[in-house]
Amino acid sequence: MLLIPCPYCGERPEIEFTHGGQAHLVRPAQPADLDDQAWAEFLYMRTNTKGIHAERWRHAHGCGQFFNALRDTTTDHFLAVYKIGTPRPAT
Amino acid sequence: MTDFRNANGGRIDRTQPLRFEFDGRKYRGFAGDTLASALLANGVHLVGRSFKYHRPRGILSAGAEEPNALVTVIRDAGRLTPNLRATQVELYEGLIAESQNRWPSLKRDFGRINDALSAFFPAGFYYKTFMWPKMAWKALYEPAIRRAAGLGRAPMQPDPDRYAHSYAHCDVLIVGSGPAGLTAARKAAGLGARIILCEESSEFGGSLLTDMATIEGQPPRAWVQQAVAELAQNRRAILLSRTTAFGYFPHNLIGLNQRLTDHLANPPLGRSRERLWQVRAHCVVLAAGAIERPLIFPGNDRPGIMLAGAAHTYLNRYGVRVGSRAVIVTCGDHSYQAALELHAAGVRIAAIADLRPEAQGALPESARRAGIDVLQGSTVIGTDGDLRVAGITLGAVRDGGVQAARRIPCDAVLMSGGYTPSVHLFSQSRGKLEWNEELSVFLPGQSAENTQSAGACNGVYDLEAVLADAAAAGAAAAGAAASGAAPAGRAAAGASRAHRNAAAAYLGALPQAAVAGSDKSFVDWQHDVTTKDLELATREGFRSIEHVKRYTTTGMATDQGKTSNLNAMAIVAKHLGVPIPQVGLTTFRMPYTPVSFGSFAGASRADLFDPVRTTPMHAWAEAKGAVFENVGLWKRARYFPRDGEDMNAAVARECLAVRGGCGIFDASTLGKIEVVGPDAAEFMNRLYINSWSNLGVGRSRYGILLREDGFIYDDGVVARTAADRFHVTTTTGGAPRVLALMEDYRQTEWPELKVWLTSTTEQWAVIAVQGPNSRRVIQSLIDGIDISAAAFPHMSVGRGRICGVPMLLFRVSFTGESGFEINVAADYGLAVWEAVYAAGSAHGIGAYGTESMHVLRAEKGYIIVGQDTDGTVTPDDAGLSWATGKNKLDFVGKRSLQRPSMLAADRKQLVGLRTKDPRTVLEEGAQVALHPGQKPPMELVGHVTSSYASSVLGHSIALALVAGGRARLGQTLYVPMPHGEIPVEVTSPIFYDPQGTRLNA
Repeated sequence: MLLIPCPYCGERPEIEFTHGGQAHLVRPAQPADLDDQAWAEFLYMRTNTKGIHAERWRHAHGCGQFFNALRDTTTDHFLAVYKIGTPRPAT
Repeated sequence: MTDFRNANGGRIDRTQPLRFEFDGRKYRGFAGDTLASALLANGVHLVGRSFKYHRPRGILSAGAEEPNALVTVIRDAGRLTPNLRATQVELYEGLIAESQNRWPSLKRDFGRINDALSAFFPAGFYYKTFMWPKMAWKALYEPAIRRAAGLGRAPMQPDPDRYAHSYAHCDVLIVGSGPAGLTAARKAAGLGARIILCEESSEFGGSLLTDMATIEGQPPRAWVQQAVAELAQNRRAILLSRTTAFGYFPHNLIGLNQRLTDHLANPPLGRSRERLWQVRAHCVVLAAGAIERPLIFPGNDRPGIMLAGAAHTYLNRYGVRVGSRAVIVTCGDHSYQAALELHAAGVRIAAIADLRPEAQGALPESARRAGIDVLQGSTVIGTDGDLRVAGITLGAVRDGGVQAARRIPCDAVLMSGGYTPSVHLFSQSRGKLEWNEELSVFLPGQSAENTQSAGACNGVYDLEAVLADAAAAGAAAAGAAASGAAPAGRAAAGASRAHRNAAAAYLGALPQAAVAGSDKSFVDWQHDVTTKDLELATREGFRSIEHVKRYTTTGMATDQGKTSNLNAMAIVAKHLGVPIPQVGLTTFRMPYTPVSFGSFAGASRADLFDPVRTTPMHAWAEAKGAVFENVGLWKRARYFPRDGEDMNAAVARECLAVRGGCGIFDASTLGKIEVVGPDAAEFMNRLYINSWSNLGVGRSRYGILLREDGFIYDDGVVARTAADRFHVTTTTGGAPRVLALMEDYRQTEWPELKVWLTSTTEQWAVIAVQGPNSRRVIQSLIDGIDISAAAFPHMSVGRGRICGVPMLLFRVSFTGESGFEINVAADYGLAVWEAVYAAGSAHGIGAYGTESMHVLRAEKGYIIVGQDTDGTVTPDDAGLSWATGKNKLDFVGKRSLQRPSMLAADRKQLVGLRTKDPRTVLEEGAQVALHPGQKPPMELVGHVTSSYASSVLGHSIALALVAGGRARLGQTLYVPMPHGEIPVEVTSPIFYDPQGTRLNA
């Protein structure tokens, strides 16, 4: 079970969290302006990173907050956690 | 019966004799014995039959790696534990054990015929043979094979014992309590670390309970005693014996299984039998030791043939001689110490067959001086004996050939192919293993976690070097814990690994003459995999070790190939003509040794298996004899049978009561979310397909929530209770996911909106009062709201009082009748319910359950999300596009609804189906075909989502999703069933009161 460093509560076991998928996907301000191809890209296409991956987590059974994390998908080590809306830290 | 127990020595207590039974025969042992050591002391080697060929098998090892000696230990009908390794079962007074996989008895087993027929059971036999006819596999082959190739049987009674779970944190967890584990523990604890030390055996000490060599100038037992005493006094140290570290999970979470009462003759009532520890350690020191490898030669599985180190352990730890005349077959000096001690204890060592061309040095010389015949350049041609080895035939390897066979009578063959470091946990931790050519084993390489390997599991065997290695590991681990960092990398052992004699290793099958005998050479004892099976697999084209493993099942038994994997790899490598590291390793999987289901389940069984959610009115429904159903974790009253009614009769009556007078229904499980804030309306506009800006305070609306992909996610009535406040209801099962979706958008997409979300599901009790008499029923109980049809029309919401308590009243209906939903604080729910029910008695009130609710809503064509939708249904598919806010530029899912496939005319649409025979009720989930009389594969156009007998209509009704369904009204379609197809007519999904006059009454 992963140990996830919630930026609000500190390290907590994975069982308290829900995974929120890839981070830094921004919903288009005017979806109607996107053609079908572009909308499908936003809707369905995700990276499948081997290595350092930016992803969202929610401390669902804790503070309830969403946050972003950099996780190495080969080792499951967390390199950084940061609040929603802040840029991806350099690694 | 011959007694093989020494008068002195060992860790057993000769003042505490114990009686036990094995296969119905009575024996005696001592406290401190395992079942295996006690049987050996009684001269019993035959303890089981092999998995596939039913060959007689004896005790191979003295520990967790045991592949043969699997027994069932029986306390009573509910406490019957199969597949235990006799080498790990501690003896207690009155222990009863049975062998497995034999019939009628261990000595006379009919399954033995499989051995004679073995030419017909090669690797992959099942895949090749039992392919036809298709139906026979399940009915005939599988049950027969499972009976013949069985492990023990599971008990049929519920487990009467309790199992505990513990969670712990520590700085350093040490796995194993041999010289390495104890040294690392002392070192780490001495540096102030909080430690947990776990040992799978009953006693701390590991190899020091077998070896007699002095350690740091002390006898080994005294050294262990001192180390354990020192640690026991340390309040920051937890010492756990009988505790197996079975799994290494990410981020240094280690699963430990502690056996608390299995060694006791009379476990105290109420004491937990096992405890599952989940330990989060800052650093883990693996000191798991090494497992001796057997040698691969024809007939290497006869009872009496065992690992040389095991014989050494039985002698020194249990005071047991494993035979009276033994031949030792070894690849190195390490077995000579055992030979000398066995010899001194009175076991006649008939010969030491050394595989090396030359056996020189101190130990072989001592053996020769003791008068033991040392045969250099030996190999084993075969063994003989029926239920126990009676002789071994040795050959000599000369000039690459095998010559000069010589038979030596014996009752024990003690073999050693060197040691395999126990890297199981290290590998589970995703650490990389590296092949060490010098030792011919895989050793821990780059770690993926905060972990240190020390001692034999790190490829370090020499005692002094082990102590240094372990002290360094303990210090590094404690230092890392203190600094909060990863441990400093110790110099890779490699060249510095002192191993001396123990470096000797032999992998693969022993050399045989060109024309070899016919007896089998076993590689995997537990799964009966032979050298021939591995050879066959490579000949049939298998190259990957992972494929060879699955084809031959080598290493796939419950011992996971602890004694066999490396040999199997070496044999495959030889046949493929590649170096061993190129063949690679199979994955080490948890658990290290089997763990009981009880341990994992802990308290999570029966009433504590899952939380149960009940509504405030639950007790009333229970008293009325309601039959409940599980909806998520909720218990909901499904129907209220009277006078022996079945469900159909009860539901028909309940539905007619609602349509004809008044019904009362517990709707408290509906999800409720309070959406509050100056931007609440904007937030709702962005999420739901409906328009909310124009919804007045005191009004409600049927809301639909989509996912971004355009498919219906949830629905429910949403009321505006103030300009900045919405009371959102969700489906019973959907409340958590709807709140999660709302939070996601609120926090991550629209953080600028001033809006707050609160789950209020459990704060409200919801009493639905439905039917033409509903207004009359509640009228007299209500204050503060005019609920006349004119003042309080359909979809009105108001605050007032009922029975004097505050109420939020909805005029809503999920039945198609004029009705109300009374929301009061949960604590008042039962009292208000009882008052309404009493007031309704004059108006024919009846309680109805979820089944009637389903029928009533289906009569009106109201969907249930998750039943009539399945995650691929758009609002238009469900006939709900009328709910869409017409002037909204955007909402979640809107853009997706414009994608071409979402606009296709042949999308599945919600329609009604009427069977030609009004009594026929369709099966929910049944397929709908376009044409009659089709044979599979049929052209199918849809499926039935809801289907009921409607008492008010007098015929069955069904809802279905049918391709282009709305264009097929009036068409006849066909529902194919096993007993013939059912013709149905496509209708509107609204079967009852399509104008809605009753709703608005």
